[in-house]
Amino acid sequence: MTQASDAPAGATRFWNDPANRALAFQAAVLAVVFAVGWYLFHNVQANLARQNIATGFGFLGREAGFEIGESPIPYSAADTYLKALWVGVLNTLRVSFIGIVLTVILGAFVGIARLSTNWLVSKLAGAYIEVLQDVPVLLQLFFWYALFNEILPSPRQALSPLPGVYLCNRGLLLPVPEGHPAYGWAAGAFVAACVLIWAVRRWAHRRQEATGKLFPTFRVGLALLVGLPVLAWWLGGAPTALSVPHLKGFNFRGGLGLSPEFAALLLGLVLYTSAFVAEIVRAGIQSVSHGQTEAAMSLGLTPGQTLNLVILPQALRVIVPPLTSQMLNLTKNSSLAVAIGFPDFVSVANTTINQTGQAIEGVLLIMVVYLMFSLSTSAFMNWYNKRIALVER
Amino acid sequence: MILRRIATLTLAAVLAAGPALAGKTLDAVRARGYVIVGVNGSLFGFGKPDEKGVWKGLDVDTGRAIAAAVFGDASKVKWVPLTAVQRFTALQSGEIDVLCRNTTRTLSRDTALGLDFVHVNYYDGQGFMVPKKLGVKSAKELDGATVCVLPGTTTEMNAADFFRKNNMAWKPVVIESTAELAKTFFSGRCDVLTSDASQLAGTRAVAPNPDGYVILPEIISKEPLAPAVRHGDEQWRDIVDYAVMAMIAAEEMGITSKNVDQMLKSKDPKVQRFLGVTPGNGKALGLDERWAYNVVKQVGNYAEVFERNVGPNTPLGLERGLNALWTDGGLMYVPPFK
Repeated sequence: MTQASDAPAGATRFWNDPANRALAFQAAVLAVVFAVGWYLFHNVQANLARQNIATGFGFLGREAGFEIGESPIPYSAADTYLKALWVGVLNTLRVSFIGIVLTVILGAFVGIARLSTNWLVSKLAGAYIEVLQDVPVLLQLFFWYALFNEILPSPRQALSPLPGVYLCNRGLLLPVPEGHPAYGWAAGAFVAACVLIWAVRRWAHRRQEATGKLFPTFRVGLALLVGLPVLAWWLGGAPTALSVPHLKGFNFRGGLGLSPEFAALLLGLVLYTSAFVAEIVRAGIQSVSHGQTEAAMSLGLTPGQTLNLVILPQALRVIVPPLTSQMLNLTKNSSLAVAIGFPDFVSVANTTINQTGQAIEGVLLIMVVYLMFSLSTSAFMNWYNKRIALVER
Repeated sequence: MILRRIATLTLAAVLAAGPALAGKTLDAVRARGYVIVGVNGSLFGFGKPDEKGVWKGLDVDTGRAIAAAVFGDASKVKWVPLTAVQRFTALQSGEIDVLCRNTTRTLSRDTALGLDFVHVNYYDGQGFMVPKKLGVKSAKELDGATVCVLPGTTTEMNAADFFRKNNMAWKPVVIESTAELAKTFFSGRCDVLTSDASQLAGTRAVAPNPDGYVILPEIISKEPLAPAVRHGDEQWRDIVDYAVMAMIAAEEMGITSKNVDQMLKSKDPKVQRFLGVTPGNGKALGLDERWAYNVVKQVGNYAEVFERNVGPNTPLGLERGLNALWTDGGLMYVPPFK
């Protein structure tokens, strides 16, 4: 007691200093987090050791021994677990990427239709949104998958709407060009066209700012995008050989196959997610006051220019953040593929977990892979969001 | 949904303080008042509730036998339906006490998965089922076929091995739920359904037109189906093991659920020891001396269980074959109960 009164007036004690206290609290929290983490880790190690369960990631190098139904890269049962999981990652990426692109297009279309002044179009879009939003996506997947399997004929009775194109319960089979270097050049030309368009746009923008003259960027861009690859293909010898699917034994050989599992998953995810995207797009457009449209019209802008230069730049600021979360939803929902037999990452990882018994490592891998998908999608969308954000002065 | 389940089980495995200490399982089961048994849930003849919601099947009766041995009451069981993918995590994490889910004993499951398998309750082998109209007579004619298969099973690997060995192309369609897989096969998405022969028979029994499907003659693997427990609790392992074997031993001694009460008066010392008239076996296992009597009285011997669930008079129509007693040329052979 006497010591307290001895302290010089105005000087705070060490433990009364808010900065020191904050530091102490943070250290304490950190210690607790580490202790809990260490306890969990140690507990797992001890439990697994006692039950004789294998640990570690050594299994990744072993032969997988199971087949995967569809794979964008060559894979066989003799390959390693690592390769099998990689096939799963690629399958998830494939369905997510195509799904996101289609969702955004379809969602924007339905969202705009929802705002149409045509009563029928607007109500139809409304019904689409309400129905698809409110039915659980897993049920929708089961529905599409069962529908494909029930209504499509067997390979021997395959429908052939166009020569070389077959539709049966093994999937949609399309003729594809046989491999030829000219296609590689065409792909290169496509990339070159994209770069060229970017340059043309910059130049056109500068010219417009300097002289006020408009340049038909869109039409020129389209011509470049189509023209350059076609030119490359023609210069490469214009190969026309096709790999046409043909029935051999039980199944079709050759051509490109789109399996019912992939189609059902893609359709289910796109229809479900696009209903949410449609609402986001509608909200975004409605957030721009109608006065803006009237002002743009009175300046003499065409409806197209009004949409592109006035409405969209403002609407996108409202649309992009929730759109990002819908993209993430679609990617995560793609793990429902397990239910209808599409070999996505979770499906392959599940089989791996089951065969190796290493559930903790497997679930860790699943978490890390989905985290990477989500973080990279977010990073890209945040970058895009910054670009289109309102520049405040 | 499925992912969440696996994740929950994993979390349980992470947090579990120690479900597998020796002797602990029996204490936990007794304190709880019932045995938690992991079963198939949708496999007719092995583990599936009937239209009244009563669980039926060979694996289900095995679970009942364990409850009868432990509690003297075959109804003290909680059934947990599990998919092939979920089953081992459920056992490892302590969610179930014993797994009776047509599970093949293999080396890697015995070791790396930390399981202990007990006596086989069904000797099986993998086969192929095809629609009759396909006109296939042998599995060797299946080049290029699309094959429906359950994930996380020995079947999945056996099929891969079989097609590789015979240099045939194939495409698997892998669906986790047994019911959904069967529906997909019956809709014609696959040319072939491959699984254990007993499971094929069980699936065919629930087909819209069972006569439209044939099981091909080739059996491509050995599938000794056995109940499994966690590694590390020898007492619990013994109890489960002997509950299964008691049914087989009872058949060998001619004891059935009908005549077990008369058999109590038998002069045969072997029967007296088995039924606990001469005490000793119960104490050794840590159970009531009447444990084997309760198993036979309430569940039946192996022949009764087999006939009731999968035998020739059931829709599965399976013959005893490998599952006959050793005295009848089968593989069912158990150690003496003394």
